Amino acid sequence: MGWLTRWLELVGKMGLFSLRVLIDSIRPPFEAAQLSRQLAEIGNRSIALIVVSGFALGAVMTLHTRSTLVTFGATAMIPAVQAVSFFVEIGPLVAGLLLAGRVGSGIGAVLANMRASEQIDAIQSLSIDSFQFLVVPRVLACVIALPFLTLFMDFAGLFGGYLSEALSSHIAPTLYLNRAFDYLQWSNFVAPTLKTTVFGFIIGSVSSYFGYTTNKGSQGVGEAATKSVVVSSLLIILADVLLIKCIYFLFPDTAL
Amino acid sequence: MNEPNAIAVEFKRVVKSFGAQRVLNDVSFHVEQGQALCLLGRSGTGKSVTLKLTMALMCPDSGEIWVDRDNVVGMDRHRLSGVRKKLGYLFQDAALFDSLTLYENLALPLRRLTTKSKEEIDEIVRGLLGDVGLAAHGGKFPSALSGGMKKRAGLARALVLEPKIVLADEPSSGLDRITASEIDELLMRRKADHNTALIIVTHDIHGVRRVADRVAVLDTGNLVAFGTVEEVSRSENSVARGLITE
Repeated sequence: MGWLTRWLELVGKMGLFSLRVLIDSIRPPFEAAQLSRQLAEIGNRSIALIVVSGFALGAVMTLHTRSTLVTFGATAMIPAVQAVSFFVEIGPLVAGLLLAGRVGSGIGAVLANMRASEQIDAIQSLSIDSFQFLVVPRVLACVIALPFLTLFMDFAGLFGGYLSEALSSHIAPTLYLNRAFDYLQWSNFVAPTLKTTVFGFIIGSVSSYFGYTTNKGSQGVGEAATKSVVVSSLLIILADVLLIKCIYFLFPDTAL
Repeated sequence: MNEPNAIAVEFKRVVKSFGAQRVLNDVSFHVEQGQALCLLGRSGTGKSVTLKLTMALMCPDSGEIWVDRDNVVGMDRHRLSGVRKKLGYLFQDAALFDSLTLYENLALPLRRLTTKSKEEIDEIVRGLLGDVGLAAHGGKFPSALSGGMKKRAGLARALVLEPKIVLADEPSSGLDRITASEIDELLMRRKADHNTALIIVTHDIHGVRRVADRVAVLDTGNLVAFGTVEEVSRSENSVARGLITE
């Protein structure tokens, strides 16, 4: 039963940590400069990874879809399948997982290193609230950046799919786009994109938790980075299941 | 303005343990404003913990810690923030912020906690960097500085808000004798000019003899000697005598 107690303790502590993030994010002082710095670090520097991954994934997915749909004489559906898959599920989920890998490990390692080298204590000693200064801007940056990164992922995937399809069938770009958006409604696009704010919150708060609360010195740095990626990826996938159910419940017409 | 003999920091029967290991056992002492207390002891005897307890970076298991008329034990974080403005802390490894230049490390607390203009902040930061011999290095990141330079920069940051009480964790470690005595001079000047109280953790006996008004010796969690350098050197406790006459 020891593992169960430890697991419940971890869940409780992470829950309280996340609650503190929510409370402190609406409590002054607001760290605008830190938020801007984190948005640049978390958002801007992730764009290349997201776009390249989305493009490659889009191209590969079209190749696989084509080989199946050809059998049924339904190749005209390829753009629609591509658009629906990316905008509804692949874009938000893969963007979330990629950000968990790139940014989650970074946040965990940076904060753990700051803890080990007493930089967090130094911030406290200067009468600066280290939680508001370090944690809140990182979580907010993840929440704000991820929906935009998801859009980059969606359109890069669509572009990769188009190029892949154009090489096979020489389809015109306008026709591809018309067919792609035929089956897609605003509600299919808005709710799944906005659900990534929850993924962003998970990445930011989980990674910050493992980095900020470590007390194992330099050994804790690697540990925090690994745990940040593993736990936030797992929670993103679990949250995705719940959020899809919620979206279908709140917006029944989004169920395709 | 504090009276010359007002108490700056007082520990009352403080106990602190980490798991089964008791680091401080019923420790009581006080430091007056304008006085320098040097904390001596072998490694792992709770000297750095004493400083962190004073700054309320950790909580004691029992006892009271008074900083300028406020008991910081159990204090809420808003009030604690006010008390911490009276304290400056030089960490053992300086703990400079990696992502900021040396200049920004010093300017950060001034920008956030004071209403000083950009020009005033610039003057204070450059003045302090000059005092610690780092005037030409303000644009460098901590990773580009030597251990001794980091230590001096850490001291400059600890002094930037003109605290009434300075806590210094081994300010002279990693420094050559000349630089170490310059740091001691700076601390003593701060004490004389601003009536600042100093609590210094050190192993440098030369520094102790130069700076200390009082010496406290910790051994296995207990305060085994407290007094002037002469009084401690005549102490009945062999560890205290051994440390002060090294």
